[in-house]
Amino acid sequence: MAESFEPKIVAFFCNWCTYLAADLAGTSRLKYAPNVRAVRVMCSGRVDPQFVLEAFARGADGVLIGGCHPGDCHYQEGNYKALRRYELLRRMLNQMGIENERFRLEWISAAEGERVKSVVNDMVEKLRALGPRTSARRKEVA
Amino acid sequence: MCSDPGQELIGQDIHDHNLNRIIVAACSPHLHEHTFRQAVATAGLNPYYFHMVNLREHDAWVHTDQKAATDKAMDLVRAAVRRVKWHVPLEPRQVPIHAEVLVVGGGIAGIDAALTLANAGKHVYLVEREPTIGGHMAQFDKTFPTLDCAACILTPKMTAAGSHRNITLWTYSEVTQVEGYVGNFTVTVGRKPRYVLEDLCVGCMECIQACVYKQAKVPDAFNLGLGKRKPVYIPFPQAVPQVVVIDPDTCIEFKSGKCKKTCVEVCAERNAIDFHQQEEVRTIQVGAIVLATGFEVFDAARVPYYGYGLYPNVYTALEIERLVNASGPTSGEIVLRDGRKPAAVGIVHCVGSRDEHTNRYCSRVCCMYSLKLAHLVKEKTGAEVYNFYIDVRAPGKSFEEFYNRVAEEGVVFVRGKVADVYPAGNGDGRLILQAEDTLLGMVRKFPVDMVVLSTGLEPRRDAADVRRLFNIGCSSEGFFLERHPKLAPVNTFADGIFVAGCCQGPKDIPDTVAQSGAAAAQALALIDAGVVELEPNTAHVIADDCSGCKTCLPLCPYSAISFVEAKRAQINEVLCKGCGTCVAACPSGSIRQNLFEDEEIFEEIDGLLAHA
Repeated sequence: MAESFEPKIVAFFCNWCTYLAADLAGTSRLKYAPNVRAVRVMCSGRVDPQFVLEAFARGADGVLIGGCHPGDCHYQEGNYKALRRYELLRRMLNQMGIENERFRLEWISAAEGERVKSVVNDMVEKLRALGPRTSARRKEVA
Repeated sequence: MCSDPGQELIGQDIHDHNLNRIIVAACSPHLHEHTFRQAVATAGLNPYYFHMVNLREHDAWVHTDQKAATDKAMDLVRAAVRRVKWHVPLEPRQVPIHAEVLVVGGGIAGIDAALTLANAGKHVYLVEREPTIGGHMAQFDKTFPTLDCAACILTPKMTAAGSHRNITLWTYSEVTQVEGYVGNFTVTVGRKPRYVLEDLCVGCMECIQACVYKQAKVPDAFNLGLGKRKPVYIPFPQAVPQVVVIDPDTCIEFKSGKCKKTCVEVCAERNAIDFHQQEEVRTIQVGAIVLATGFEVFDAARVPYYGYGLYPNVYTALEIERLVNASGPTSGEIVLRDGRKPAAVGIVHCVGSRDEHTNRYCSRVCCMYSLKLAHLVKEKTGAEVYNFYIDVRAPGKSFEEFYNRVAEEGVVFVRGKVADVYPAGNGDGRLILQAEDTLLGMVRKFPVDMVVLSTGLEPRRDAADVRRLFNIGCSSEGFFLERHPKLAPVNTFADGIFVAGCCQGPKDIPDTVAQSGAAAAQALALIDAGVVELEPNTAHVIADDCSGCKTCLPLCPYSAISFVEAKRAQINEVLCKGCGTCVAACPSGSIRQNLFEDEEIFEEIDGLLAHA
């Protein structure tokens, strides 16, 4: 039944780059997997590790953080703070049995609508291969 | 919903049902959040009780599976419903605006924007990197399609900008630092030493005459190296300001310290030459910024099979502009580097444009300037002129008519991309242009004396540094990104910073001037309002909860957080720009961010996953 599994991804997109890139993907009518739901934050540096934990605790199969490219942060260096937290949090999640593929940080500039599409599609594909994260979700699709 | 009846409907519902939270699930908040907040405010509710769900750009437009898209829409709306219960009434921050404007770049875009603002009574700082304003337009001979002379229409504007009482013109200067926010930018400008005191020099140019170099020896950048200048020079006769420059890399005094300094002798009365001049740093306060930093001409040597730099008779279009110009290095005579007059000239379109190996985009102006050059070359030399094109793009007022006129004059159009340029090999110095004529369906070879490469327009080489300096974005090809391609074409995502001209994308002079007028109008509208409202998304500390751990202090990029004596962190809300990185880091949860409270985001997450 693995084919019918549709992963749910919670995304945190920064207001200035990745959220706009997703807007651009829309105005360009690009098509990508409908598995992602974005929460807008002003900066990827606003993403509290607890948001990520909350998403996994509530059953997300993956969490995606989208920020501006290094050096391009609207707030100078918030994306570097996000990167630091991401590296630490990923190790912690790993110890909790949450695979690396389930937690991603991507730099996507406001001009890269195409990249929103490719990142989301790629993540969905990898999560499909990985299967549901929680036992409850596993039962759901079994 | 965003139309008047839609907004009235929201107001009516607020009254009829005594609503205290409003959600609109429609387009991106970047488009209409402001509109709906105003509608909510008009109905008497605090505008920050409003939240917007992006069902269009983030859902309907990007997914094809209707059921999955509808499920997603339900999740997004559910998340918003749960979020808004935590919304609290807020007031936008109001800050006064400095009435001065900074214009960066002194090409036609910057000059025009500066003049418009200055004529409206605003004080403008016009900062230009080169020793003179004028930009690329000053290098052009004629302008398409009217064939009026570029200098005749540009130089009066340059002079007006140079002498306007509301314009402070800083040439040979660069912006080095930008701080602050809309209405209140603090800008640092570095003024390079020109070794000539601007206030004393009157532009008599006697120092140039007197220079120990009797002959001009240094390749002259304005004429793209086709002419020569001395170490002390003025970029071109109509330069503004009329002040000479000394180039320390070639001046003997700088190299050896043993020059006779005949320039100083001849300027004894005014004493304007100062070999010890240092870079000056100025700091200014401005309310708005117009970026008009222009473009870079595509480097033709990047397409090796066209032989630019290899064969002397392969030229770029800009070089031909200088050759046909009466005040150019050949006084307007079109002669080859070996002194011959060309009998056949091939103009190659789309060099560095519409090419997947260089730039995919169309540079928009090359077709038209190629037609113009074809006309001028034919008129001046009577040579056979071939245009090699992919498509002739002539979509402007009187452009198509100009194309027809040039075709009627006998210019030959060959539809096909030139694949190779090589010497004819029979010693006559001619070059062979090889191209597939796609209308005939055959490869053809054209012997010519001169090849003109119609090079495209590229972002400035340092465009990425400049956009970081001003905190704005770039589109994928590297031109500055406008806020909205149709509805906010001169605004950027940084409030108070506007773009005009080719720094935003390739365009011709009429479009550039139209855009610089628009940028000036936007800047005027902003500063004439006197005050600007800022999003109240700042962070603040709940002092009772703060443990004084100081984790937040080094995180703030604006140094807005201080540690006060009661051992508590404190945030200066004037300095805070609302990124929220301190909020994310605070271990005790005592820093909170308006509009992005932890509870609000947690509820959004829970709402999104309620059915996971």
